[in-house]
Amino acid sequence: MLFLQRLLWRLATTAVTLFGVAVIVFTVVRVVPGNPIAMMLPPGATDADVARLKALYGLDRSIPRQFLIWGWGVLHGDFGTSISLRQPVLGLVLGRLPATLELASMALLMAVLMGGAAALTATRHRGTRVEAGIDVTNGVALSIPDFLWGLLLIIIFGVLMPVFDISGRVSPDLKLPFTTQFYLVESVLRLRFDITADLLGHIFMPALALAIPLAAIIGQVLKQSLKETMELDYVTLARTKGYGETRVILREALRNAILPTLTLVGVQFTFLIGGTVIVERLFSYEGLGNMAIDAVINRDLPLIQGIVLCFALIFTGVNLVVDLTYAALNPRLRHA
Amino acid sequence: MSALLDIRNLSVALKGGPRLLRSVSLAVAAGEVRGLVGESGAGKSMIGKALLGILPRSVEVVDGQILLDGDDLLRLPPAERRRRIGQRAALIPQDPLTALNPAHRVGPQITDRLVDILRWPRARAEARALDLLAEVHIPDPGRVMKSYPHELSGGMRQRVLIASAFAAEPALIVADEPTTALDVTVQKQILRLIAEMQARHHTALLFVTHDLGVVSKVCQNLSVLYAGKVVEDTTVRDFFRAPGHPYSAALLAATPKYTDPDGSLTPVPEAVIAAVRAEVEAAETEWQHGRR
Repeated sequence: MLFLQRLLWRLATTAVTLFGVAVIVFTVVRVVPGNPIAMMLPPGATDADVARLKALYGLDRSIPRQFLIWGWGVLHGDFGTSISLRQPVLGLVLGRLPATLELASMALLMAVLMGGAAALTATRHRGTRVEAGIDVTNGVALSIPDFLWGLLLIIIFGVLMPVFDISGRVSPDLKLPFTTQFYLVESVLRLRFDITADLLGHIFMPALALAIPLAAIIGQVLKQSLKETMELDYVTLARTKGYGETRVILREALRNAILPTLTLVGVQFTFLIGGTVIVERLFSYEGLGNMAIDAVINRDLPLIQGIVLCFALIFTGVNLVVDLTYAALNPRLRHA
Repeated sequence: MSALLDIRNLSVALKGGPRLLRSVSLAVAAGEVRGLVGESGAGKSMIGKALLGILPRSVEVVDGQILLDGDDLLRLPPAERRRRIGQRAALIPQDPLTALNPAHRVGPQITDRLVDILRWPRARAEARALDLLAEVHIPDPGRVMKSYPHELSGGMRQRVLIASAFAAEPALIVADEPTTALDVTVQKQILRLIAEMQARHHTALLFVTHDLGVVSKVCQNLSVLYAGKVVEDTTVRDFFRAPGHPYSAALLAATPKYTDPDGSLTPVPEAVIAAVRAEVEAAETEWQHGRR
């Protein structure tokens, strides 16, 4: 039952967090210079035209009052209407969210596989040149940011050896018989592997660009943690039982060493989601981040607010999942 | 008769550095309980570690043989050596609080060797583990099997580790100061338990300790180690009656006696230490020469 208490407590703090985020975003987009009205009117519009449009979007009222109106709507599921796209914000965000979730999940999967493999290999060969080589690779991977990796990948796999698609989420000539926006998931479920292959060809590079720095962090932290665990008494005892080095690492050390890594991966994963904004732009990937940039350029206030709230929800959700996984993996926390 | 364990001229050194064990020879017969005593840093734990193949990475065997059942462990291929050690030998570790894996339940930590290394069917291994937990006087073995280590007390965990050490019916168990980390009240029980288990299973025991009181209660024979060298190899009875080596005599004299609670503690005399030191240094210089 303590588990349930924990969950409820986390949900309560999540609500407070989201409220804070909403207040800050709402205020900031209204205080910074530039406004959507100026973007919409042709040059030479009169002050009267400006005033009329302002009144139409409710921008003539005080900021607290605007917030109350918007907040009341949000509580009732109405996130307002995008100024530039003239569609409900909720529908726009929900339409793009699956693309970003698929991209981020794919990147996370790649990062865990690459980082995990690097950490295990380095631990298995600790103290040798193999470990030194992995350390150097990790250092390089970490010191280049995700969008630069994106450019590098475009040069390598898009220009020099054009094996992957550099632009978009899916080839535009493909007919998609899908009912949801989770293309990758749905193509697999519907056994349309031709579409899956096309989607993977598009998602590979942006996902890899996002994954490389995270993989380096996972590799470094997990390796350190594994090396420390390998010196503990219960690992030594397992050796006397007849287990070989690889078995000892996987069976005795990994599960305990993974805990500190997990917390870090949770935090870093939220950075990765932040990174999707620019990487999606780079690869013209039709996700939330790409839409966010357009929204900012157009000063589309309701859309910016909706997207930021959505990101905030993802961040808090990821942290919640990490917390719960941590408890599940660590028997000492389960009953505590 | 050939011994179960026969360590011959074993030298262990820090990689590229001085020797920690200097030509140690030591034999343990089947069913024998041999104490291995010495002060901190004498290298007594190092012998057990070398034999079980768990020397720290900074340390290596530079010379000698470790014969178990007549085969030199140091000459066996690594996989075969590990299997042989897992099958024929076991360790009762010093600190029960750190020697059990916090992520696994207790049951699998007793049965793992049987299932994974000796290829027993799981059900048979579990039945064996239940029997062993009952043998080490753990009430409700079924519940303990399903517990995590953090749910058990230190004394209980040491009992689990003793059960685990006896699981594969090994011929030799190394007990590395198995009571040092325990509460004084629990120490006696655990000591009695180890003696009891040893007698029932006729397992040879290499009992590493710095406590001569423990040796007098549990062991038949003992080897006294000083500065990485065996300075005396004798029966417990002879040792307490008339220790042969001056260091042994000094060590015995240094042990506080309950019969004389007001008596001041007697340190090992400087002269004895100096004499042994000189002997060590001479031998070490000679060894270094031989190496070049």
